[in-house]
Amino acid sequence: MSLSESIVRAAPAGPPEPPGAAERVLPLRRPARWIAGAVVLVLVAQAGHGLLTNPFYQWDRFAYWFLRPVVLEGMWITLQVAAYSALLGLAGGVLLALGRLSGNPVLRSVSWTYVWLLRSVPLIVVLLFLNNLSALYPTLSIGVPFGPAFFSFDESRLATDTIVAVVGLSVVEAAYAAEVVRAGLLSVDQGQHEAAAALGLPRRYQFTRIVFPQALRAIVPAYVNLLIGLVKATSLVFYVSLLDLFGTVQGLGSTYPGDVVPLLLVATVWYVILTSVLSAVQYHVERYCARGALRSLPPTPLRRARAGLEELRGRYRKEAAR
Amino acid sequence: MTGATAPTAPAPAAVEVHDVHKWFAGRRVLDGVSLTVRPGTVTVVLGRSGSGKSTLLRVVNHLEKPEAGYVSVGGELIGVQRQGARLKELSERAILAQRGRIGFVFQNFNLFPHLTVLDNVAAAPVATGRLRRAEAQALARELLERVGLGDRTGAYPRQLSGGQQQRVAIARALALRPGVILFDEPTSALDPELVGEVLSVIKDLATGGTTLVIVTHEIGFAREVADEIVFLHDGRIVEQGPPEQVLDRPAHPRTREFLSKVL
Repeated sequence: MSLSESIVRAAPAGPPEPPGAAERVLPLRRPARWIAGAVVLVLVAQAGHGLLTNPFYQWDRFAYWFLRPVVLEGMWITLQVAAYSALLGLAGGVLLALGRLSGNPVLRSVSWTYVWLLRSVPLIVVLLFLNNLSALYPTLSIGVPFGPAFFSFDESRLATDTIVAVVGLSVVEAAYAAEVVRAGLLSVDQGQHEAAAALGLPRRYQFTRIVFPQALRAIVPAYVNLLIGLVKATSLVFYVSLLDLFGTVQGLGSTYPGDVVPLLLVATVWYVILTSVLSAVQYHVERYCARGALRSLPPTPLRRARAGLEELRGRYRKEAAR
Repeated sequence: MTGATAPTAPAPAAVEVHDVHKWFAGRRVLDGVSLTVRPGTVTVVLGRSGSGKSTLLRVVNHLEKPEAGYVSVGGELIGVQRQGARLKELSERAILAQRGRIGFVFQNFNLFPHLTVLDNVAAAPVATGRLRRAEAQALARELLERVGLGDRTGAYPRQLSGGQQQRVAIARALALRPGVILFDEPTSALDPELVGEVLSVIKDLATGGTTLVIVTHEIGFAREVADEIVFLHDGRIVEQGPPEQVLDRPAHPRTREFLSKVL
C-alpha cells in the first residue's frame, strides 16, 4: 500500500500522523479544474432556470397532460408493442445466430440473407409494407410450395394494427439481435466448447447451461442498447395507425394546437423514464451475469455513493482539524 | 512398430489406437500411430511440441476425428462403428455418450467460470442422467475432498489458483467414473511452485489403479509413475517401453536428442 493511500484510508478514524510526516507529498493544486467546473455549473444552472421559468414550456399544461388516461393508454400500447417485439426479436435473433453458426450451409446462407436484407430496409418501409400485405397476399397458407395448402388464414382478419406493428418491429429487431447474439456466442472461449464436449454433456445442455450463460455477459449491454432503440422506434407505429404514446401525443397536439410543446415534453419524459428503467435493469442483469467472471463483484451504485460520501466527510473533517 | 508390444492380454485393452492417421490442412500430424494401453497402467507420451502428442490424446476421445484408423476404449470403438469392412461415423449423441467413459484434463483447465466449483464437478453426472442432483453433489463433495479442496466447494474457479483449478478439473473428470483418464499437459500452464500439488493428485490416481494416459514434459514425474513411455516424433511412435529403458537407454537418436535437452 502506498503512503498516500494509507493516509486517505486512515483519515475518517481521526488523524494519526504517519511517521515521517515531514516528507509527505502534498497533492498538486488544480485551479483550472475549479474554474472550468464553476463555468459549467453556471451554464447548467442557466439552462435549468430557462427550462423551469420560460412560459413557452407551459409546465402547468404538462402537469395537466402527464397522467391523463389518454396518454397512459398510449403509453400502455407503447409498452406492449415494445415488450412483445423485444421478446420475439430476441428469440428470432437467437435462432438466426444459431443458423449463422450452423454447419448446415442452407441455414447459414438463409440466416445471412435475412440479416442482410432486414438490416438494409428502413423500419418505416417494413411497417408500411406489412400494412399493405393484406392487399398483396389476401390469404396466408402453409403447405407445399406450388402444391396443396394445409392451413390458410384470412389475412385481413389476422393483421390487426397491433400485430402489424409487433411483427414489423420484431422482424427488424431479430436481424440486429442476431448479430448481437452471434457476437456473444463467438466471445465464449473455444476451450469451454471442448470441455463441454469432452464431458459428454448433451448438445442442448452445452448450449443452454454452458455456452449461452457465458455469452450473455457480452450480449446484455449490446442488446439493451438495441432495446432502447426499439422503445423509441415504436414511435413509428403511428404510421400504421396504431395510437402509441407518440401517436396519442401527436393526435392531441393537432386537437389542442396550443399545447403542442407541453405534449411533446410529456412524451419526452415518458421515453426518458422507460429508458432509465431499462438501464437500471441492465445494470442488475449485468451484475448477475458477471458472477464467476470477476473475482469479486463491484459495489452497487448506492453503496459506492455512500462510500464516496464517507470519504468526502472524512476529508472535510481532516481539513477542518488542521 | 505395429503389434510389436501387444501380447495377447486376457482383458480387452483399456485403450487401443490402431494405425491412426490425422491430417491438418494437408500436414500429417499423426502418421500411422498404433498403441495399446493395458488396464490399470500409466502411459506417458513424450515428444517435442508439434510432434502430435496432444492430437493423439484428442483422437482417443474423438475431439479430433482421425482420417484413417480407429481407436477403441475398453474394447468399444470410439466415434465409429463397423459396417461390413468399413468404419462409419457415429451420431453426435452416441459420441457424447461414449465420452462419459473417457476423462479428459486440459492444459488450461477449462473449468466453467460461471459455475461454482461444486457445480463444475456435479454438472456432468446430472446432465448425462447418471445421478440425481443431490447424489451428484454428494459425489462432487467427496471427490473435491479427495483432491484436497473440500473447503472450496462454493468458490468460483477464477477465485482459485491455477493448481487448485487443475485439481477441480481432475475431480470433474473423475465424477463420471471413467475407465481411463487422459491428461493433456496438465501442469504446463502452472507456476512452478504449483506443479507439485497437481502431480501428487495424479500420482494418487496412478497408485489407485486408474488407467491414465499423460502427455507431459515432467520427465522426473514420468519416470516415477509411468509403466510405459511412448516417444512421439513427427506423428510416429519412434520408441516405446518401460521408463528405465526409454529414459536411461534410449535407442532412437531423436529420443536421445530430446532427453538431452529436457533433462
